[in-house]
Amino acid sequence: MSGLPFWTVIVGLGIGTFLIRFSFLGLLGQRPLPPWVLRHLRYTAVAVLPGLVAPLALWPTATGGQTDPARLLAALATVAAGIWTRSVLGAMAAGAVVLYAVLGLGAL
Amino acid sequence: MSSSTSPLARGIRDGLPFLVALTPFGLLFGVAAAEAGLGLGKALAFSVAVIAGASQFTALSMMRDGAPVLIVLATALAVNLRMAMYSASLAPHLGGLPLWQRALAAYCLVDATYAASIAVYEREPGWTLRDKLAYFAGVCLPVCPTWFLLTVMGAMLGRSVPDWMALDFAVPICFLAMVAPGLRTLAHLLAALTSVALALLLAWMPYSSGLLVAALAAMAVGAETDRRMAG
Repeated sequence: MSGLPFWTVIVGLGIGTFLIRFSFLGLLGQRPLPPWVLRHLRYTAVAVLPGLVAPLALWPTATGGQTDPARLLAALATVAAGIWTRSVLGAMAAGAVVLYAVLGLGAL
Repeated sequence: MSSSTSPLARGIRDGLPFLVALTPFGLLFGVAAAEAGLGLGKALAFSVAVIAGASQFTALSMMRDGAPVLIVLATALAVNLRMAMYSASLAPHLGGLPLWQRALAAYCLVDATYAASIAVYEREPGWTLRDKLAYFAGVCLPVCPTWFLLTVMGAMLGRSVPDWMALDFAVPICFLAMVAPGLRTLAHLLAALTSVALALLLAWMPYSSGLLVAALAAMAVGAETDRRMAG
């Protein structure tokens, strides 16, 4: 991964991300956003990240695409702990514990 | 919350707890960048130019899959769209600053700096523009430079991390941990389920473009559910 495509992604993502952050602070001043735009923006993170993770949890590249109980259970534990504790760190800890516990059991 | 503490000092103090979550995430990005074959310089350039972990991971993993530049950019930028909402919500507080200060604040506008600032601005209606800027700068001070430092440290650790640590799965866990605490409303739940279902169903689409379709559909589902529940 090098050369022109790499730098195009870095520069493009850098400028694009800056413009997203600068949008209302910088250019549109203090005019409020229309409610329908705000409604969509509120759901961007929850719309992208679960879809990004789902194939990695079901078909991990590390196991050659074979479904791995450790990774799948760790993903489910992370979500469950996150909903239950409402804490990012609690969710991370639960996922890590389950991942290593099941990987460890499998290695016995 | 003694009123004798300056807004700058309060900002620094409120920024520090975010380092606990930032540390594994930043180290992981450095490690992932090294494993993808990026050198120290490129890994650091990535973090300095973009300074948004989730989109950096997204772009990195899609580039490893050989996705075309435009698809990588569109998907990684979609991850950052939520920051337009941050920008809009801070505009009434920081919109009065000179242009260069607004540009600098925009560059440092990440999840941590937004979450801390908006909470305090709403609790401290008496703060002047200067106080608000000082607080925002205070939160940035521990958070933003640490992100760069962690990238470098992770990139140096790089390939020395053994396979049994299953680091490939640390990033999925981080992403799920970021999203799960927010799954409190029906709209958030339905958006997340749509995203998962469509991403799996459309996994056959070339170059991860199925993810982009899944994300746009999930966003619409979340917004529409929100509208119906509210109306």
